[in-house]
Amino acid sequence: MADSPLVRAFARNRLGVLGVAIILAMAFCCFLGPLVYHTDQVRANIQITNLPPGRGHPLGTDDNGYDVLGRLLLGGQNSLEIGFAVAVLATTLGAAWGAVSGFTGGLADAVMMRVVDIGLAIPAIFLLIFLSSVVRPTAGLLIIVISLLSWLVPARLVRGEALSLRTREFVQAARMMGSTRLRAVAVHLIPNTLGTIVVSATFQVADAIILLATLSFLSFGLPPPAVTWGGMLAQGTTYLSDGYWWQVYPAGLAIVITVIAFNLAGDALRDALDARLQRR
Amino acid sequence: MTGYAIRRAGQAVIVVLGVTAVTFLLEHLIPGNLARAILGGRASPAEIAAFNHANGLDHPLVQQYLVFLGHLARGNLGYSYRYDQSVDSLIIHQLPNDVLVVGCGLVLALAIAIPLGVAQAVHRSRAVDHVATTAVFALYSMPSYWLGLLLAGLVISLRAQRALPPEVPSQAGSIGGLLADPRALVLPVLTLTLVNIALFSRYMRAAAIETLAQDYVQVARAKGLPASLVLSRHVLRNSLLSVTTLVGLSFPAILTSGLVVEYVFNVPGLALTYYTAAVNADYPVELGVTVLVGVVTVLGNLLADIAYAVLDPRVRYG
Repeated sequence: MADSPLVRAFARNRLGVLGVAIILAMAFCCFLGPLVYHTDQVRANIQITNLPPGRGHPLGTDDNGYDVLGRLLLGGQNSLEIGFAVAVLATTLGAAWGAVSGFTGGLADAVMMRVVDIGLAIPAIFLLIFLSSVVRPTAGLLIIVISLLSWLVPARLVRGEALSLRTREFVQAARMMGSTRLRAVAVHLIPNTLGTIVVSATFQVADAIILLATLSFLSFGLPPPAVTWGGMLAQGTTYLSDGYWWQVYPAGLAIVITVIAFNLAGDALRDALDARLQRR
Repeated sequence: MTGYAIRRAGQAVIVVLGVTAVTFLLEHLIPGNLARAILGGRASPAEIAAFNHANGLDHPLVQQYLVFLGHLARGNLGYSYRYDQSVDSLIIHQLPNDVLVVGCGLVLALAIAIPLGVAQAVHRSRAVDHVATTAVFALYSMPSYWLGLLLAGLVISLRAQRALPPEVPSQAGSIGGLLADPRALVLPVLTLTLVNIALFSRYMRAAAIETLAQDYVQVARAKGLPASLVLSRHVLRNSLLSVTTLVGLSFPAILTSGLVVEYVFNVPGLALTYYTAAVNADYPVELGVTVLVGVVTVLGNLLADIAYAVLDPRVRYG
């Protein structure tokens, strides 16, 4: 995977490099920033509520007197952690499901793909809202549930590739030489779909961050004291007509910039893989 | 063709059954049980037993599911204990609002995204294309509520709330109430239009680029057909083909942004009811709406696939 033509093709795409740079900078700031920039995000301070940006509070304070910049950093930790975890879990599950389904074919394939269709028929946000109205969500629970709702698209993509790969000579040869089905899938199929899988995982992070932010915005995300970008946005919206712009726009921009960065990186990665395939 | 349609419809039936099974199981995932959730923590065991008996909850799970299916088949989506009203009557009252807002957002988006895609394909890799691609990319990366908030914020900072109210007045309950003051619909419909353009536009561009490279387009050009006729007769019509599939597949995304936008702008539709039901733990309404959404999605996919087969002879005979 990390052969140099791919890296070179990727590096030539300036927008993709920008995307990766933004992701790294974002992760760096969110996880190391709070070590340098100390703020109290636990105890409310009613003496400094709704302060505009200025000395001591570069992005002002919210209606509880929390520092907005400090909150952004903490919210970023949640978004990135959950986004990455969902991408890994959902893509692994989806890739395994799709590879087995496409490789096996026949009735098993039909049944496994109907399961995917059923999952795709119900928009994830409706199920997530329902579940959050039933149980109090935690980070771990959200990761599992969002993953269980997000593996469907990678499953379809990998199945498509598996369908065409299984008829290829090298897979046939391996089967002929007595390789078991499981081994054929694990050794020959999955590595050849790795490109699709990695690209899909990159977009998964972006989608998970949007889904999480939407859920928090609708106040069905992580309950307080957890800080989320969507939650900050929901809280700030109340003051939109009061002109407290610093409670709305920074959180919204943080979501949009992160999602743009992952989409840029994903697009560039896909183009780089395409370019590599074309050169062969 | 008929064989294809029957096979495809068979798949759809299986998926609809799956959706109902998932929803049914969700209802039984509720911790404790439905009776406690509805009657409250202080209900006596006798009251709970009476509730369970009255609602058939004391039967085996499979039997309950069949009863649930029977109700669905007769169009009975359940009963809201909060509103003391059937879920059906809630839906019938509010669905027109959703159809109006989400439908307008979809139709307008298509009316813009399709010609835009063709224009981008024709002027590929020129300034117009780059500007449009960038704008669409930015829109695509924005959660729909953020876009809605930006538009609302813009209206507020321009002090144009009177002309374009950022919120539908809460007394506008039914479709008549909504249409009585259509100004309040401008922002939600505009938001949904932009969100959907972002969803469709790249596919439209890709589809148009592919069509432009086809032999029949070259032939049409070679025989001297004016460029406008080549585009409208050959390119645009073929782009419409891929739109049917795309709209069918995008149903979940379209309904999701519909939910969020209704919430942001206080549009009194089914999505807002779903949200309120979730806040109040009104499970029957949540599940009824979920089943409806799932069935609508499956039907949308089915219709799109069959429409595609009808429109494109290559699929019919392939």
